[in-house]
Order: sequence, then C-alpha cells, then structure tokens
Amino acid sequence: MTKRNMSLEKTPMPEQAPDARARNFKEVALGYADDQAEAEAARCLGCKNPPCVAGCPVNVKIPEFIALVAGGDFSGAAETVASSNSLPAICGRVCPQEKQCESFCVRGKKGESVAIGRLERFAADRMPARAAAGSGGAERSFAPAGRGAKERRVAVVGSGPSGLTCAGELAKLGYAVTVFEALHTPGGVLVYGIPEFRLPKDIVRREIANLEALGVEIITNVVVGRTLPLDGLLGDGGYSAVYVASGAGLPKFQQIPGENLNGVYSANEFLTRINLMRAYEFPKCDTPLRVGNTVAVVGGGNVAMDAARCALRVGARRVYIVYRRGEAELPARLEEIHHAREEGVVFKFLTAPTRLEGDENGFVRSMECQEMELGEPDASGRRRPVVKPGGVYTLDVSTVVVAIGNTPNPLIVSTTPGLASESWGGIIADDETGATNRPGVYAGGDAVTGAATVILAMGAGKKAAAAIDAYLAK
Amino acid sequence: MYRIIKKKVLNPATVMLEFDAPLIARRALPGQFVILRVDESGERVPFTIADSDSRTGAVSVIFQIAGYSTQKLAALSQGESVLDLVGPLGRASELDGYDSAAVIGGGLGIAIAYPQARALYERGAKTDVIVGFRTQELTILREELSAVSSELTIMTDDGSNGNKGFVTTALERKLEAGEKYDVVVAIGPLPMMKAVCDLTRGYGIRTIVSMNSVMIDGTGMCGCCRVTVDGERKFACVDGPDFDGHLIDFEEAAYRARMFAEEERVSRETHVCNITGGVRS
Repeated sequence: MTKRNMSLEKTPMPEQAPDARARNFKEVALGYADDQAEAEAARCLGCKNPPCVAGCPVNVKIPEFIALVAGGDFSGAAETVASSNSLPAICGRVCPQEKQCESFCVRGKKGESVAIGRLERFAADRMPARAAAGSGGAERSFAPAGRGAKERRVAVVGSGPSGLTCAGELAKLGYAVTVFEALHTPGGVLVYGIPEFRLPKDIVRREIANLEALGVEIITNVVVGRTLPLDGLLGDGGYSAVYVASGAGLPKFQQIPGENLNGVYSANEFLTRINLMRAYEFPKCDTPLRVGNTVAVVGGGNVAMDAARCALRVGARRVYIVYRRGEAELPARLEEIHHAREEGVVFKFLTAPTRLEGDENGFVRSMECQEMELGEPDASGRRRPVVKPGGVYTLDVSTVVVAIGNTPNPLIVSTTPGLASESWGGIIADDETGATNRPGVYAGGDAVTGAATVILAMGAGKKAAAAIDAYLAK
Repeated sequence: MYRIIKKKVLNPATVMLEFDAPLIARRALPGQFVILRVDESGERVPFTIADSDSRTGAVSVIFQIAGYSTQKLAALSQGESVLDLVGPLGRASELDGYDSAAVIGGGLGIAIAYPQARALYERGAKTDVIVGFRTQELTILREELSAVSSELTIMTDDGSNGNKGFVTTALERKLEAGEKYDVVVAIGPLPMMKAVCDLTRGYGIRTIVSMNSVMIDGTGMCGCCRVTVDGERKFACVDGPDFDGHLIDFEEAAYRARMFAEEERVSRETHVCNITGGVRS
C-alpha cells in the first residue's frame, strides 16, 4: 500500500510555457509522468461511498482506477476507466471536472480536490491501442461486423461523443452497430470544434480505433436525412433501432447590423476551418482562413476560449473576448479561462457588441460596443446584463468570431415525418432513456439538449444504449 | 474513395466528371448539390449536380477550372478517384405547377440550369432556354439543352455565333414581344442573376436564382454561406440554394463571394510555382 499524500494542493501538471504555446498547435497540457501520477493518486482517500462517482455522468469507477494508478498498475487503471467510459482520454482532457466529479471530492473540503481529470487522462493514455477494423466512405456495402451474439443491427446518426459512446456500449453488448457521419472524418465536435492544442486529433483517432476494434462500423460522408432518410434505416434498411446524435450544429448569430460582413465568422466556421480543414497550414492545405491583426470573439464559453486561443495561434496580434456578463458568469471551464489569459487574450467583460461596421470592400473594421451592468437574476439563475447608460464605444477589429452558441441541426427533424421536436429545434426525448415519440428511434446529446458538454452527451449515449438493449430484448 | 467513371472536357476551361456514387444518385433531385474533397489536403468544394442516374449510380458535375481545387480536380483521369463525395445536399428546386418557364444560364450556370430545364420540360411546361457564352467556341451542352427546350436561344458576348448580346438582351426581347412566363429560373454569375432579376421585377414574374455561396460542411453547420433574403439571414446550403431572386441582397452576396479572393490567388500561385518550378503558365 502506498503512503497517502496529504498535500492540500493538486500535483501540478507540466504545460508548455504560455509565450511558446500561444504560437503553436501542440497540446498545451503535457500530462503527468508516472511518478507525478502516483503521487497525485496517493491523495485519494478511497472513500467507501465515493461521492465523486455520483458526480460523473457516466459513473466512472473513480476510486478503483485511482488506487490502481497509485499502485503502479497503469494498464489495469486504463481498463477500469474504459469499462465505464468509452472515450476516457477525451474526457480526461475536456470534461469540466471542477463542476462534476472533483466538486464532490472529500479532499476538496479542505484544500484542492484530487486531480481526477488529470489522472483519468494519465490512465487512458496508458491504454494500449487495439487493432482497428477500418472504416470508410459511404459508397461501399454496409457489413457491420458485430462481435455479436445478437443479430440485431443498430444505426447511430452522428459520430460525436454521444453517438460514439452509444455505439461503443451497444457493441460491447454484442450488437452490430453502424455509425453514419456527415463529414469526411469521424469525431463530430471532437474533430471540427475542439482544437488540437486542447485535444490532439491522434487521441480522437485512437479512441475511435478502439471502438472499431469492438466491431463498430463507421461510414463517413452520409448525411442522414439527405443521403439516406432516417425511415430508410429502419425496416428495409435492416436496422432495428436508431440513435440520433446529430449534435447542435446550427450557429446562432446576435442579430446585430453587420454580421454578414466579410471577416465575421461563426465559431463553427472559424474552428472548422482550423481544426478539421487545417487552414493553419494554408497553402499546404487548400482551405483558406483570413485572420486580421485584431480579433474579437463574442461569447464566454469553452468555444469562445477555443476560438480566441486559435486566433492567437494563426497570427492575430491582439485577441479580445467580448462578453456581456461578468467574469464570475463565464460558462467556460476554469482551466480554459486561465490558459487563455496566460496566453494574452484580453477579456472585455460586461460588454455587448451592438453593431459591426465594414470598409468599402465589405470587410469588418470596427465593433460598436455597449457597456453593461448586472441586474436581477434571469431564468438561468445568472444575473441579467442590462444596458449601462452612456457607455458606448468603438473597438477597431479586423476579424470577429461569433461564439454565442448553437441550436440543433434541423435536418433530421425536417426530413423525418412525425418525429416530435421543441419549437427551438431540439428533438423531444425521454431524459432517462432517450426514447422519442417514434418506436425504435432514440435521441440524445446536443440534438436534444441544445449545446452542452461532451460528457453530458456521452451520458445520454450510455443511457440510450441501455434503453435500446432493453427495447430490442423485448 | 469515389471513382471517376467518365471524364469529358467540354471546352478548354470546362470539365464534366461522372462519379460512381449510387447512394447519392438514388436520391438526387434537380437543384441539389454535392460537396467534394479531392485528397487529404483538399478543401471541401460544393458542386451542383448536373445529372444523375439512379439505375447506374452515376452522379455528374460540371465545373470551370477557376482556382487550385478545380485545377487539381480537372487533372484527374477516368478511373481515378476523389477522396470524399457527399450529397445530395440542399433543397431540391420547386418546379411543379408551371405551364411556361424561361430558364436562363450564363457561363457555368448553363450546366446547373440544365437539370432544371429538363425537369420543367418533362413536367410539360413550355420551356424556353436562353444561354450565354463569351464566344462561340466556349459553347457547351448545345444538344442536351436543345433536347429539353421548347426554344433554345444561344447568345454570345462577341457575336461570334451571329447572336450578339447578353442573356438579358434575349429575355427582354421575348418579354417585349409579349411572351408570358409563370417563372424564370436564372443561374450563373451574380451580376447576371441580378440583371435578370432587375428585368423580371418590372414584369412581375417570379424569378428563382441558385446561390453558389462559399461553404464548408454543406449541412448548416458553418454558416459561411449566409445570404440575406427579404431582410432575413438564410443559409444557402440548407435553406437554398434556390431563392426568390427578387428578395436577395445581391450587393452583399457579391462581396461575400470575394471573401477569400486574395487567399485563392495565393493558393493558385504557390501551387503553380510548385508544379512548374517557378514558371507560371
């Protein structure tokens, strides 16, 4: 038994220095070395009734895997994490642990919680890669090679975190699973949205290869609702159930004058050009990106932080986060805010853009801003920003990125007769099972909730897999 | 991988490629498009579906060699493949219920207008087709268009076919002569579509245009293809590409089309240098 480490603080994780990393796309956080992981794992008290597990949407066996790390059994730790989490190397990097598992940690009552996220990442990175079965484009025969005791086939729409989790769980249960992806690369927001420096694409590829090794088949370049109708998958298509995890893909704009000027991007466009299409390697890669010296990113979530930090890395000299509420209300993960600030991103809190002005060629050149102050709490419980009298000024900008959220992509709902949805576009699905009003059709993740987090989407995928199993067992 | 089953050079700057893509062919309708990526470093480029055959699984596109991506695509031969092809995307054109129509194509728009003309003609509408080329040598799809039009008018900017003028010249002539149309479908460069809309507005004829905006995903995700229609923000990829031309903000569409003009120039020149060792052709 290793000796318990009673340090009140987390073992720090090595990182690239801010001035160096703000100009490259390599991963910022470098991960624990073996001795650092063992030292941090020794901080865990191994609670009999671990409150951290209840704080995890997929109920990772936290004390068990941490005990294995503390004892030096890293591959055992990896297996333990993977038994309840289909994408552990990803969660260890992108989950808001401070709001989930770590917020319940007993050690956190006095000092810092155990660094569960960092340890999850450490364990997952020690997982030996399995041989992949291979995936491919649309135009080939579908032959999902389930490990399957069960002959029933299940289709999953979308290969983001929710779809992949559901597919992995179903494959483990023995179903033959086919995942249909609209883009040319699987991973959804993990590949088009979250940047390389926060979540290396090799990690995503490895996690997907692990699922393929379980027998999950992934078909890219299929837009369900266009290439194949959802109803065509059921019945004649040979699938007994469908899980819709098509994400929240439709970008919101502020509805202020000038948002269609050149140089104004939705965060989706800006991040997709950079992450999925590798525009930062232009002209070696063919997808262009135009970024000026001064970039204003509108919004305060993780996506806004990602966009701001990407802007620095593609050469912007000055990057603002323009956010209409205050610092305490920022929805982003603490680590992202901290990293953005270290790298030189300038935060303009209590500031709302009211108008964008362009030059004679239609390129944005300035942003009119309105200062705000906090009023009464709104429906979300956060204090509502209200206009501060006076307080109008102009910011010179050459690029604007609008990162104020996304709504569910309407494609599936609009092409699937009778599938019930909310007025704002979310598919109506049961919280516990993901069941929609259509028998055999389940849904979850951002397509149901609107834009949320990777781990919540994964939790929905996991629950839906169990519900689909129960449905097909009938 | 998506194999090229047929390649045809229509004129020195225009190429037709037919792909083996049975899933797309089974669902494709006039007005829809595909997005294609040539290779691993390639960009995602939208192309309107020029023709498709659900029996053979063939889907064809016609494009003009304009930038680096289309150069790369045009360099492929029959039997070779592109890495990615996805579709059919966008809403299909709404062509039902018209008794008479004029289909106007300019430049490459002619290839895009062809499936619309055919659909209208096959639905029994009197279908006058007016197409324009810079010069007679660049004429494409003459026989195909002729087979699906009640009357085919070919205009040339330089008059080399004996019919000098723009497509609007021919359309105006017909309208002034008292020709009545339920609908005008105009597809081509933005200035041409705008000119047609300006003309038909005075006659109160419903006019459909097809917006060929810059896109990435083609499924509503990036918002790059946004256009203002009747004061509202629309995405050409999912709300279009067809829109009521009288409601389009063409001025905005024109500057948005030039968003990456400078980068496209850099890409073209860099790669020309790589290919020819510094000599530009």
